Amino acid sequence: MIRLSVPFRQALSRLTLPVMLMLSLGMVLIGRADQGLADRLRAGLDDLLAPAYAMVAPPVAALEHGTGVIGTLFDLAGENAALQAENARLLQWQTVAMALEAQNDALKSALHYVPAHAPDFFSADVVADLGGVYARSVLVALPPGSPDAAQHLVGAIAMDGRGVAGRVVEAGARSARVLLITDLNSRIPVALGVHGSPALMTGTNGNDPALLYWAPGQPPAEGDMVLTSAVGGAFPPGLPVGIVHYDAQNDPVVLPLADIEGLRLLRLFSYPSNEPVLTPVHGAGKNPEKRTH
Amino acid sequence: MNIWRRLDAASRHAWPVAFMLFGLLIIGLPFGIPGQAELRPAYAMACVFFWSLYRPVSLPAPMVAATGILLDLLGMSPLGLWAVLLLILQGSTLASRRRLIPQSFFMTWLVFFGFAAALSACAWLLESLLELRMLPVLPAAAQALAALGLYPALAGLFIRAHRGPAAAELA
Repeated sequence: MIRLSVPFRQALSRLTLPVMLMLSLGMVLIGRADQGLADRLRAGLDDLLAPAYAMVAPPVAALEHGTGVIGTLFDLAGENAALQAENARLLQWQTVAMALEAQNDALKSALHYVPAHAPDFFSADVVADLGGVYARSVLVALPPGSPDAAQHLVGAIAMDGRGVAGRVVEAGARSARVLLITDLNSRIPVALGVHGSPALMTGTNGNDPALLYWAPGQPPAEGDMVLTSAVGGAFPPGLPVGIVHYDAQNDPVVLPLADIEGLRLLRLFSYPSNEPVLTPVHGAGKNPEKRTH
Repeated sequence: MNIWRRLDAASRHAWPVAFMLFGLLIIGLPFGIPGQAELRPAYAMACVFFWSLYRPVSLPAPMVAATGILLDLLGMSPLGLWAVLLLILQGSTLASRRRLIPQSFFMTWLVFFGFAAALSACAWLLESLLELRMLPVLPAAAQALAALGLYPALAGLFIRAHRGPAAAELA
């Protein structure tokens, strides 16, 4: 060990903070100049953390009040009654759905409908909720053996059981980060209602994304279904997103179908990008609005 | 000094940094608590403030910068932003240390809230500048309030650690 004189050591210790401050400021500048650097570092860190989080997350999910095992133990009878009521209602819907499916099949055969190519997908556990103050994202652990995921996954669409939850913005070998539809940077072209009138769904950092740029004279109607639209080529058409609702300020917002606050399992769909020019996703940082032009 | 004494001393020195980093990762678990994202910077600010005030040796500036970068990578804020802010917090805490140490806990708490509010405002301003648009103010305010609420609980724990597992002079 090198012996330093006392005054020199004191000067050194006094200098550490300013030097680190300068280095950090430099880091901010470098991060600005090279957007990809932060993404690469983050993907590396996520890859390191994902297996650890994957070990710890299941017990946490089990302990969680309301949905976890412990929460449900206290109110089994009440939950049973609620489930029976829901089941009766769903059985009614099942008959309706079967009738509609038969009708749909008949119409398709009459039109010689060619079904769209079903995309590849796999399920992945949400292991960490790594949003920031101005960012809404979750970390998913990829199942082992998913073939060269990183290339295919960036831009993949994440859905939970009911609707679109977000989009993969970074992917490493073991983990992927999903930017949620509630994030400030999220811009998703959507189609509203039965006519599929176009609008843009933008994240607001709150729970319910806002609707912008709908056609003049055709304001979104309360209760309209919100589906993704293929405008811009970033999303395939017709994925369920949510339901139009007018909030207290009388602005239209989308109530997402996906349980954004309590995501546990996501399906990641990699759609074949047949519009390569329109979706330059990689390296574009976290500004999807710039990509969807 | 035998190996066990050395290990003991090392663990006592490393306690504050290790606890801070570990806590940051724990806050990432999907608990589903509302405001969990605001909690992470608030927690880092409380840690940096407390240890810079009462045991500056245990929290060297490079570790503070590393914590800030970890915070940026986890929370998707611009790279290096929180490193700068946490270092500023450390610098200002060290500068006001002599006047803060004799104060009551309540006063320290208030001063910490002042620092946290100023830093949250800075974070909001800088991030708005770097993203070139106005970001919502509410999350920044929530972050400052989270820091206000979190500090007494953390300080209670840290004061105990300060006398026990993190007390380097006991090694």
